[in-house]
Amino acid sequence: MYNTNKVIIGIIVFIIFFAMPFWLNFGKVEALPKPELPKEEKKCIEDTDYMKAYHMKFLDEWRKTKVREGKVNYINNEGKIYKMSLQRTCMKCHDNKEKFCDRCHKNLVVQPDCWKCHLAPEEVKKWQ
Amino acid sequence: MAIKRRTFLKLLGIGSISTVSVAGLGNLLSQAEVKAVEHKAPEGALKAQRWGMVIDVKKCIEAGSDCMNNCPAIQACHSTHNVPNIPDKKKEIKWIWSDSFEHAFPELRDERVMEHLSKFPFLLLCNHCDNPPCVRVCPTKATFKRSDGIIMMDFHRCIGCRFCMAGCPYGSRSFNWIDPRPYISKVNPEFPTRTPGVVEKCLFCYQRLDEGKLPACVEACTAKALLFGDLNDPNSEVRQILKERFAIRRKVELGTNPSVYYVI
Repeated sequence: MYNTNKVIIGIIVFIIFFAMPFWLNFGKVEALPKPELPKEEKKCIEDTDYMKAYHMKFLDEWRKTKVREGKVNYINNEGKIYKMSLQRTCMKCHDNKEKFCDRCHKNLVVQPDCWKCHLAPEEVKKWQ
Repeated sequence: MAIKRRTFLKLLGIGSISTVSVAGLGNLLSQAEVKAVEHKAPEGALKAQRWGMVIDVKKCIEAGSDCMNNCPAIQACHSTHNVPNIPDKKKEIKWIWSDSFEHAFPELRDERVMEHLSKFPFLLLCNHCDNPPCVRVCPTKATFKRSDGIIMMDFHRCIGCRFCMAGCPYGSRSFNWIDPRPYISKVNPEFPTRTPGVVEKCLFCYQRLDEGKLPACVEACTAKALLFGDLNDPNSEVRQILKERFAIRRKVELGTNPSVYYVI
């Protein structure tokens, strides 16, 4: 290989430069998203772990049974009855979308399009 | 053995003819009727086999021009469902609106008949047809017919193709060309808004019926000109008035079988 020294140095410089974000953040723990939980209510409709993992499927199921099958009530594993509604049930306790939904979603770069139609509580406040 | 070109073309011809004829025969036998999606009213909800509305235009005119120009029924509907007030006529959204006799009933247009009828305002809304063309043409089943007669919209599924708008002979459907939110003056936090690229229309207040309430327009009408009830129940309020008075429906000759009646 011609100019071996120069090429190797070039490659090393390139790798260091390319991996810059990795070196800069080495050993640091990036702050985990901390969604703000409702203060008054201690329990969600289902268990917290289940809600954490499956809330998207859960909400999808709600929208199907509510809109297409015309059912209104959801019965949880304890037999408690809830009205199936994002705006009228979920957001009554989780009364701030930015502090609850968005904190994780932003971190994970997921963009659910619920709020293009559904009204977040803080959006409603802006109106009044 | 290699297939001959002649045989291949013959088979192709037979295949296409049989496909077309089976599809055509199927349509002919079913008369392209729309199948209703089974709906069971939840507990505490108002129940009916076929929801319908009767609009007494005489009461509208008796209520005076003030009431007709600022129709409380239209205002109640549009504020309940976060319907935007867009001044541009080409982009406007309407669930219930008022129009003249000649626009509502173009097939009954006659100078002598109109002498009497053109003074009445006609409240127009989705007719919740028994044989709805909008449902037939919807490629995603975003709009569907419930077994209680309501033509529902699933806004989540609407892809904005606007086939339903072309299919609806009553102009009851509006398309969201722009973001409706800036045009909503007072918002109802209980109901969502819509997003650009979605079609919307009157849903006979299915969400209020679930709670045991009458539709917002019926409740708000101060002249009591709007009646709502079960068209299949001979004792219902709507059937009582249809027994006594002469009623017309819009564009019945198209075979859509509307559920909205106008008594004159």
